[in-house]
Amino acid sequence: MADAALFEFLHMEMVAELWAHHSDPGPGVSAGSRGKEARAATGQKMSLSVLEGMGFRVGQALGERLPQETLAFREELDVLKFLCKDLWVAVFQKQMDSLRTNHQGTYVLQDNSFPLLIRMASGPQYLEEAPKFLAFTCGLLRGTLSTLGIKSLVTASVASLPTCKFQVVIQKT
Amino acid sequence: MAVCVAVIAKENYPLYIRSAPTENELKFHYMVHTSLDVVDEKISAMGKALVDQRELYLGLLYPTEDYKVYGYVTNSKVKFVMVVDSSNTALRDNEIRSMFRKLHNSYTDVMCNPFYNPGDRIQSRAFDSMVTSMMIQVC
Repeated sequence: MADAALFEFLHMEMVAELWAHHSDPGPGVSAGSRGKEARAATGQKMSLSVLEGMGFRVGQALGERLPQETLAFREELDVLKFLCKDLWVAVFQKQMDSLRTNHQGTYVLQDNSFPLLIRMASGPQYLEEAPKFLAFTCGLLRGTLSTLGIKSLVTASVASLPTCKFQVVIQKT
Repeated sequence: MAVCVAVIAKENYPLYIRSAPTENELKFHYMVHTSLDVVDEKISAMGKALVDQRELYLGLLYPTEDYKVYGYVTNSKVKFVMVVDSSNTALRDNEIRSMFRKLHNSYTDVMCNPFYNPGDRIQSRAFDSMVTSMMIQVC
C-alpha cells in the first residue's frame, strides 16, 4: 500500500526541485523588471518541458514492459483503452474514469480524482499551480504512445482539483 | 542451435545482429533482410483476419535447405528474427517460443536502462551474454 505514496513523494520533490530555481533572481544583467519576468516565464517553460521529457522517457520504457504479455493491438482505440486501464492501474492503482473521442484522432481522458492532485485541494484552490503537477503525466502518456507507434500531442487541463482532463491529439504524418 | 539472432527496429533498421560462425556473416545479414518481407506480410495478414487474438510469435517464416528462419514481433513493432540450423531436428516449437520470450525480456530490460537511448544500437553486455547463451546452449 505504501508503494503508491513513494511515487507521489518522488514526483512532488521533482516538481519542487525544478521550481526552486525560479524564486531567486537570475544571474547576469537584467533589462529591468520586464526582463526578469520574461526570463522567469521562459525558465518555467523550460522546467515544464524538462518534466515532460522525463515523463516521455519513462513512458517509452513502460510502453515496452507493460504490454509484454498482452496480444498485439489491432487498432488505435485498443491502444487508448490499454492506456486508460493497464497503464493507469500500473502507475496510479486506479483506472481512468472516462475516455471520449471524436473518432478523428482526438481523445479526451478524464480522471475524476487524479492521485497526484488529490492531496492538494478539492475545489478551485491552487488552480494556477496544477499544470506543474501534470507535465510529467503528459509526457508519460506521450512516451507510451510513441513506443506503441502513435505520434501524439498530449495536453492537460484542470477545471477544479482533483478532476483533470488529458487531451491526446494524434499527429497524422 | 541458433546461428544468427537479429533485433530489428520499427523503422526496419537493425538494432542488434549477431551470427555464430564468424565467416559468411554477410549471408546471414542478407537472410535476415529478406525475412523482413515475410514478417511484414504476416503482420498485415493478421491485421485483416477476423480472429480476435493476435499472437506475437510469428512462427516459421521460411525454410531453406540449410536453415530455418523464425520470427516474433512485439507490440512496439520491434522484430526479432532467429536463424537456426536445419540439421537440428530436435528443436521444437515451444523451445523456440521460450527463446523468443527470453529475448523479449532482455530487450525490455535494455529499454528500461537509463543509459540507453531508444533507437540506438544495442551495446549492453547483459544482452550480449544472453544471446551467447542461446547460441551455444541449444544444440
